[in-house]
Amino acid sequence: MRSDYSKILSNGLWHNNQALVALLGLCPLLAVSNTVINSLGLGLATTLTLILSNVLVSSLRQFILPEIRLPLFVLIIAGVVTIIELIMHAWFYELYKILGIFIPLIVTNCAIIGRAEVFASKNRILPSILDGLAMGLGFSFALILLGGFRELLGSGTLLTQADLLFGDTAKNWQISVFDDSSGILLAILPPGAFIGLGLLIALKNAFEQSNRL
Amino acid sequence: MQFPTSSSPFTPVNNTVNRIMLQVLLALIPAISLMFWLFGRAFLMQLLLACSTALLAEACMLWLRKKPIKMHLLDLSALVSAVLLALAIPTIAPWWISVSGTLFAIIIAKHLYGGLGYNPFNPAMAGYVFLLISFPQQMTAWQLPFDVISSATVLDHTKTQLGLGFSIGEISTSPLFGYVAGKDLEYLSLAYLFGGLWLLQRKVISWHIPVAVLLGLTFPAFIAYLIDSTRFTSPLFHLFSGATLCCAFFIATDPVTAATSNKGRLIFGLLIGSLIYLIRTWGGYPDAIAFAVLLANLAAPSIDYYTRPKRVKQP
Repeated sequence: MRSDYSKILSNGLWHNNQALVALLGLCPLLAVSNTVINSLGLGLATTLTLILSNVLVSSLRQFILPEIRLPLFVLIIAGVVTIIELIMHAWFYELYKILGIFIPLIVTNCAIIGRAEVFASKNRILPSILDGLAMGLGFSFALILLGGFRELLGSGTLLTQADLLFGDTAKNWQISVFDDSSGILLAILPPGAFIGLGLLIALKNAFEQSNRL
Repeated sequence: MQFPTSSSPFTPVNNTVNRIMLQVLLALIPAISLMFWLFGRAFLMQLLLACSTALLAEACMLWLRKKPIKMHLLDLSALVSAVLLALAIPTIAPWWISVSGTLFAIIIAKHLYGGLGYNPFNPAMAGYVFLLISFPQQMTAWQLPFDVISSATVLDHTKTQLGLGFSIGEISTSPLFGYVAGKDLEYLSLAYLFGGLWLLQRKVISWHIPVAVLLGLTFPAFIAYLIDSTRFTSPLFHLFSGATLCCAFFIATDPVTAATSNKGRLIFGLLIGSLIYLIRTWGGYPDAIAFAVLLANLAAPSIDYYTRPKRVKQP
């Protein structure tokens, strides 16, 4: 049983990483990853959605007829996302404004319905929670890495606007690596997201290849 | 790369990659020497920086990809990209501009796509667009010929002044203007034309792409000029300003990223020419060569697909 759990974890975080291996949920991944804090915010929201939707799908799996399972998954996920959107609206209003349309668009993140279909609808609640957590963290990990890469190259800072997520104490967390004016603007613009994701995937493949040899 | 030549009755074709690239470099010599004459040592520094970075990056990538280093370095394709990029960068730009642009061109636009022959985008233009989007401030400040004062280019100047409501007649009295386009810089276009005609005569490039590019640009320019010559610049201005002639003969004709059939080449060239006109006249950037070429590169595979020569029926 224990090995099952560690397998779920390693799948979610590395071997079947939703962003870097399955290439699911690329729309929010590419659009929002321009700073570390934006990435972290969206990553947390996605992780929470994954866990909640996995729990609901898994606990309802006896009652869901296979013929209508996809519409039901969509309804469940939409409900969960709405809850999270309202939570963010209430407590992280500034971040909510920045992430904007991408919070409701978590509904369309294929990674979530993918996990509901592949894992949660066939497993008990506890493994489903773990799967949601691992997949979410793996997705957030890629998101934050990409966000850090783009923020560092584009504006020479890290953790800018951390106060949006962590409150006023985080105002001075920002790390300035070099002068803002010489940043590579391309990294913050959409092409930077595509090039950055490509490089990340290449890095992961290279890492795995060198480990196998 | 040496392809085996079969014995007669065929005409032996002696064009290796190395020979083609060498001739392209030779054809660029008039433009290079004129740039040196106009801008002095600053241009030479940019050229040397770009060339050495390109060769170094090319060697590193070949080593990483476990390809024969010497053979591919000697095919000179990296050098051609570097020279074209150096000709496009403002001479007073800081050193890291040409270095990072060349690195982007060689590593990302060329080798990550599979190296020479596989790159869908012209490396020099990809590097240029990378620089233009990333460092707009450094990339738009040009030096006046024989001078150290930085200024806008003629295309840039015309665009802003037209936006302010001046007519073409008023704008062209500016000291930036020469006979038809940028003062002294219009000779540069003649240098490209000269080199390009030599390439045509040596049969390194075919006439289809250059003619189509120039036609695609001058035809809409001519129509617009006939309609309202106070708001639209003359076709001659379009031909001799910016990098029009360099694009027509040296950039658009890159055999890897252009369309391959003759009919396809005509469409490809017309596409580039009309895109240049559209972006110059209504776009956000004053010159449009790089964007037009990259967009047309993107379309080249589809153009090839639709212009494939029909198979000859068996008798």
